[in-house]
Amino acid sequence: MNKDNVSAVITTALRFGDNAMVLGQRISDWVSRSPTIELDIGFANQGLDLIGQANLFYELAGRLEGKGRSADDLAFLRGAEEYYNLQLVEQPNGDFARTVMRQVFYATYAELVFDQMVKGKQEDLAAIAAKGQKEMAYHVRHAGEWVVRLGDGTDESHERCQQALDYLWPYRHEMFAYDGVDDEMVGLGVLPEAETLKAQWMESLGNIIERATLTVNDSNWQPGGGRDGVHSEHLSYLLEEMQVLPRSHRGAQW
Amino acid sequence: MTNKDTEKNEDWPLFEVFIRSKQGVSHVHAGSLHAADAQMALDNARDVYTRRNEGASLWVVPSAAVTASSPQDKGAFFDPAESKVYRHPTFYDVPDDVDCL
Repeated sequence: MNKDNVSAVITTALRFGDNAMVLGQRISDWVSRSPTIELDIGFANQGLDLIGQANLFYELAGRLEGKGRSADDLAFLRGAEEYYNLQLVEQPNGDFARTVMRQVFYATYAELVFDQMVKGKQEDLAAIAAKGQKEMAYHVRHAGEWVVRLGDGTDESHERCQQALDYLWPYRHEMFAYDGVDDEMVGLGVLPEAETLKAQWMESLGNIIERATLTVNDSNWQPGGGRDGVHSEHLSYLLEEMQVLPRSHRGAQW
Repeated sequence: MTNKDTEKNEDWPLFEVFIRSKQGVSHVHAGSLHAADAQMALDNARDVYTRRNEGASLWVVPSAAVTASSPQDKGAFFDPAESKVYRHPTFYDVPDDVDCL
């Protein structure tokens, strides 16, 4: 890894750290509000998986950056314009159908990325990905089964699931919109080629959508920019709530 | 919990959860949970009962499939064994150099 790559590795670590942080925060919002206690615990587990991943990515980014920023500093003291997550993960939970649909979208993407990252030439990212791989595989399984169950369920669950798919479908574009940083990572074997990633993601989602008896309604709208710090309004509210304590009481400890 | 919720939950059958903690030991009953189908029961069991690294293998069994002995039969079922201590293999001297018995 030469010096130029360091900046790209930091950006990549922040992007995936932020994806995990924001989605982990979203998912944990279901705790105490899930339809059953089993799901309550299931979502808590998934939220913790993601926040654990975020912690590792942030520690790496902070270390490589060398400015003494801790994982907590990166999580709690950056505003929305400095967050580099996909707009997909900041979308509000909506109903249960949209939550599990969003989880399938992201976990399928993250699993495919981590499958490549473990083989990449950046050892720290490879180690984080090795842990994340199995976690994401379970999220895909868990949320995927729910999408199929609801999509192929009652009229109401099918309708809600279809609405969730329609709402989230445009947000997939951003996963495959590579920039110079991503190209560098592809060069190091850290990220899959955009076209490969897209083909595999579309195939996995296609299978789930078919089993769920849902229909893809495509539009020309292609939201993007999250990975450069451009976000929907939803992220600011999420961060505001998440960060209020560390921002009001700097250096607060448990 | 409202009556409506109760009714809804009762639509989901009960499953018994068995966990094997490592290779070579038996599955042990861990508890029970509600799920709409066996697949969901397996996921729920994983989420509820193996969060602290308890498991190497999981079984879920519909509680309705379990046939249990009835409390009234307790005497006839279990008391006759009380007086038959010779069924415990404790009447043999184990040679000192046998370690793995």
